[in-house]
Amino acid sequence: MPTQRALAKTLCGFHDVWLMDAIIDLLQKNALMPRDEMARLLNMTTAEVEAAIAKLEADGIILGYQPVLNREKWHTDKVTAVIEVKITPERDGGFDRIASRIARFPEVQSCYLVSGGYDLLILVEAPNLRAAAAFVSERLSTIDAVQSTATHFRLKTYKENGTSYTFEASSERLSVTP
Amino acid sequence: MSITIADHIRDIPRSGIRDFFEIVQSMDDVISLGIGEPDFATPWHIREAAIYALERGRTGYTSNLGLPRLRRSISDYINKHFAIRYEPLSEILVSVGVSEAIDLALRALLNAGDEVIYHEPCYVSYAPTITMAHGVPVPVRTRAEDGFSLRAEDLEKVITPRSRALMLNFPTNPTGATMEPAELEKIAAVCIRHNLVVLSDEIYSELTYEGAKHTSIAVFPGMKERTVFLHGLSKAFAMTGWRIGFACAPAPLIEAMMKIHQYSILCASIMGQDAAIEALDRGEHSVAQMRREYEMRRNFIVSALNEMGLECRCPRGSFYVFPKITSTGLSSRDFSMRLLQEKKVAVVPGPAFGAGGEGHVRCSFATALPQIKIAMQRMAEFVGELKRESAMVS
Repeated sequence: MPTQRALAKTLCGFHDVWLMDAIIDLLQKNALMPRDEMARLLNMTTAEVEAAIAKLEADGIILGYQPVLNREKWHTDKVTAVIEVKITPERDGGFDRIASRIARFPEVQSCYLVSGGYDLLILVEAPNLRAAAAFVSERLSTIDAVQSTATHFRLKTYKENGTSYTFEASSERLSVTP
Repeated sequence: MSITIADHIRDIPRSGIRDFFEIVQSMDDVISLGIGEPDFATPWHIREAAIYALERGRTGYTSNLGLPRLRRSISDYINKHFAIRYEPLSEILVSVGVSEAIDLALRALLNAGDEVIYHEPCYVSYAPTITMAHGVPVPVRTRAEDGFSLRAEDLEKVITPRSRALMLNFPTNPTGATMEPAELEKIAAVCIRHNLVVLSDEIYSELTYEGAKHTSIAVFPGMKERTVFLHGLSKAFAMTGWRIGFACAPAPLIEAMMKIHQYSILCASIMGQDAAIEALDRGEHSVAQMRREYEMRRNFIVSALNEMGLECRCPRGSFYVFPKITSTGLSSRDFSMRLLQEKKVAVVPGPAFGAGGEGHVRCSFATALPQIKIAMQRMAEFVGELKRESAMVS
């Protein structure tokens, strides 16, 4: 009912200071949230929400949407490793060229340049231990600029990308309080 | 032997909320919008700080006024967010929730028969607490068409030579009302003219929406010296169970309140006080996150209620909406009772918050969105069925 939507809109003020942040927050929590529901939460019309999301996508701020998998339940035999990589930066381009060369391997899920005792921190996913080991010894270590690697295999996940694997016990609230 | 209860206690009516609560408790699968506390657990950094304090063996009594370190944090926090300066050593008292602080202030101020004015609909404890302090509660009605804010001329009408104090609660439980600074200044002028002490319960002050900034009545010239500024950690920091509130007031009044507190309570729990330090010093980000979540739920619930034909003003503060249900032809109590029995959704009948609440119900949006969605769906069905019912009758 557009008239009453419009009424609610005049009732509650439009608060655009945090609007884009709020849209991104909602998408991060549940990218599948129906856009009309999002519109109600944000006091916008569905078309305005859709336009805002389209703009975030067009501007390259939102690069894609992924399901949040519980890795303790799905393909549990897959191997994930965190690898510290020391590299020799190049005279032209510093770390960038070599980092993107490593990042292009499909096994590499994430790749960061970090400060501290090593240069790149990469997250690698492989179907099994043998494949992970082969990636490190045959692909990664053989790149000229790579000085050394230290590989840490994931044993158990407690929290990933903001999602906790161990759920907080719900507190028992009284059902009516003043 | 029959035990006789003191007259002024016997005559206090049982809380309307409590009756309702008993019925809700006896039913299964009820979605409750009747809850006046955040659905969030206390932010982890605050809980973690409390655990650390326990590990260090901080388990004893504290100063009657509260930990000096906490009083400094309170002073800094109020200075930063409300622009009022209170002296940590003599003008701040840490209490067991705001309710205790209200009780202390009233007991310290009132002689038997003194009148205390409060605006209605309001939090359920105000009138009984005044009565228990041997005062006379004097309600002033606020109106839906004013957004339930208090009009200075209405206040002025109920003032008598026995009027001693005015209790304010903005943002208001249950209406979500807020006061524009200009209107609040008019109230301040009335209080100065009639020499009233103001007890200002500002427990929802962080929970204001659309970027609106809360103003305390204590900031107006001539007001700090006659105001008891009451606040606590329960709502904005999701810390209801820790029971930490505080009162800020001129030193002689704090000293008098401290006497009562010292002999009845001794001190607020040190675990709660340690947690409160962490909350006030480093909790701003957590509060902002929760506020944003509340604001979205508010938008959702207001549009859903208006769409189903229940006129609902958009509250600028608190986590309550107070829709009008008169279009259904039912009283607040019948509406709430039938909604509970037929659709298993609990809302609180408006009259539980005073006479001015008839025709309204209070719905809290301190409930997770999925629950609110189901509740709104069930309420819409209920209102639709009522309409069809009355169409068949006529």
